[in-house]
Amino acid sequence: MQTKRVVFRHTFLPYLLCLPQLAITLVFFIWPALQAIRQSMLQQDAFGLSTTFVGLANFRTLLRDPSYLSSVHVTIIFSVATAALAMSLALLFAVVADRVIRGTNTYRTVLIWPYAVAPAVAGVLWYFLFNPSIGIATYALAQLGIDFNPVISSTDALIMVVIAAAWKQVSYNFLFFLAGLQAIPNSVFEAAAIDGAGPMKRFWTIVLPLLSPTTFFLLVVNMVYAFFETFAIIHATTQGGPGQSTSILVYKVWRDGFVAQDLGGSAAQSVVLMTIVIALTVIQFRFVERRVEY
Amino acid sequence: MTSSKMLFGSALALVMASTGAMAQTEITWWHAMGGELGQKVEEIADGFNKTQSDFKVVPVYKGNYAETMTSAIAAFRAGEQPHIVQVFEVGTATMMAAKGAIYPVYKLMEDSGQDFDQSAFLPSVISYYVDDDGNLLSLPFNSSTPIVYYNKTAMEKAGLDTETLPKTWGEFGEAAKKIVSSGAAPCGFTTTWQSWIQLENFSAWHNTPFATQNNGYAGLDTELEINGELPVRHISDMAEWAKDGTFKYGGRQSNANPMFFSGECAINMASSASRAGVLANAKDFDVTYGMLPYYEDVDGAPQNSIIGGATLWVLQGHPEDQYKGVAEFFSYLSKPEVQADWHQSTGYLPITTAAYELSEKQGYYKENPGADLPIKQMTLNKPTPNSRGLRLGNFVQIRDVVNEELENVWSGSKTPQEALDAATERGNELLRRFEAAN
Repeated sequence: MQTKRVVFRHTFLPYLLCLPQLAITLVFFIWPALQAIRQSMLQQDAFGLSTTFVGLANFRTLLRDPSYLSSVHVTIIFSVATAALAMSLALLFAVVADRVIRGTNTYRTVLIWPYAVAPAVAGVLWYFLFNPSIGIATYALAQLGIDFNPVISSTDALIMVVIAAAWKQVSYNFLFFLAGLQAIPNSVFEAAAIDGAGPMKRFWTIVLPLLSPTTFFLLVVNMVYAFFETFAIIHATTQGGPGQSTSILVYKVWRDGFVAQDLGGSAAQSVVLMTIVIALTVIQFRFVERRVEY
Repeated sequence: MTSSKMLFGSALALVMASTGAMAQTEITWWHAMGGELGQKVEEIADGFNKTQSDFKVVPVYKGNYAETMTSAIAAFRAGEQPHIVQVFEVGTATMMAAKGAIYPVYKLMEDSGQDFDQSAFLPSVISYYVDDDGNLLSLPFNSSTPIVYYNKTAMEKAGLDTETLPKTWGEFGEAAKKIVSSGAAPCGFTTTWQSWIQLENFSAWHNTPFATQNNGYAGLDTELEINGELPVRHISDMAEWAKDGTFKYGGRQSNANPMFFSGECAINMASSASRAGVLANAKDFDVTYGMLPYYEDVDGAPQNSIIGGATLWVLQGHPEDQYKGVAEFFSYLSKPEVQADWHQSTGYLPITTAAYELSEKQGYYKENPGADLPIKQMTLNKPTPNSRGLRLGNFVQIRDVVNEELENVWSGSKTPQEALDAATERGNELLRRFEAAN
């Protein structure tokens, strides 16, 4: 796609220019990653006084542990549900907000607002709304005859954290969808309208296909978000319970590593997670980068 | 307010350290006491600092118990450890196993020639923290034990006797049922800290083991015994009660407290240290206190309850002369006046017999009826190997496992036997991991 190539005559200068970025990557990404890989093959007491090399034993324990496998299961349900809810709502809002003529900025500002809320705060907010004793939302549901109790019911707890996590991400998705919508030339719509296509038809045959690169990009971003950045939401609300119904992988890494001081086991989990991110990133670059027009 | 105060405090400490105009040796003390408790900690340190001029104890708030312990361990690995760190009771086995990292209190006191009489401490408090030879490893600081809080107003409304409270689980269940059926409250009772109260203390109170090897005191090759007949019977009773609202689960840790405060549940089982919080929050009703219920057909029940809370551990790696300051501070901390003041203002248990007697002499228990109930319950009988405490590795995770499995019971997805079997199996796995790493 590039039409002009800039060629440096010296080999030294480009490296120098890249050095700060390389240094940051090395110190903050590569080095900790290597540390994690090393740690994942060790079994160590909390204080680091005795260290034994155990090879892949930590991984074996992990893959045999039914609670880890159930955590994988929970993570998949949680991520897919969060991404689906956050994206479909965002798309709906974007389509509607795109049509608004008066007060555009107000609508958009309000819709983008939740993005500025810290994840922990978002979690606590929904936790209060859904609190079985004092929550407004549970009270309203009780009036409708629905007994909603995230403290006891696994399903209710999962619904609550999915709502909290999706609510926070809707704003981000909204921005991208709105930008995507505005990039679709008006003439396409007009032509379709003249040909007699109604609003629904126009949405399914024009908007959705033309938004597909954005959608795919958001899908990857949302999955990564649900996998890694929802830690605070879980921590501030259910702490993985009831049972293990909301114990997602990244929460388990933190719990086992920082609360339980099982560094080897926690590092092994980090390595597994790292593999998942790498896979997701590869997918993004292989398939998405080519199709998204920035 | 606390944070600005703390900021000021640390800024002050920084200034003092950087000017180097200080002849005093600083003793750092990392603790997990936020809010009002944190201010009290500062007060205690100030009190000590005023009694002498060689040492200056600097308390630093490090977040909750888990965060404080984690920071201390990370600091130790980096060679930046504090002199004193406050560690919660479930961290005891981890600290104990770190032989090269800790400076046992009895040895510290011996080495620095402090006059230290271990028998002055309440046996039920220190028995949790002694080694096999009975030597004290860490200094108990804030200890509490679970008791039962009753909403007196709701009890009266249900036509229950508030003078003689239920003693056995049978009577207790009846009372809670009556509260619901009479419409006095929608929920009979709830519990905080389910593992600590309904299994750990439950076992000690009934003089039955929670784990083999004397609850882990006799060796790392310990295994959980919480799928035995008695715990299963108790959890089955609770599961039965959960069906009609006689019991209602309110979440992990102390998340159930608001259900008691709001009057939804008329009875709450919680830490004795919650007393001040309960009194501050129970605005529309009177509160009375009772001991934990027991099954009367179990031999040896009631035995004595065990404690929760935290102790102060001394970490290795500082110059020898600084430990003299730590020892002096510990002696100061154990004084009856200091202990009695801490006990009365916070609701934590006094750790020495002298502090208890002093509080009595000062008329504290007369003015605050029920405040001595936890002490009486905890010292009801001489601790047995089943009731001195628990020493299990990876205990933080084991508690999580117990929480998870009990929640499976409350949600009805597992029977009590299935859940406790699973908890035992998963807990044993964690114990084996700890054994392998230490």
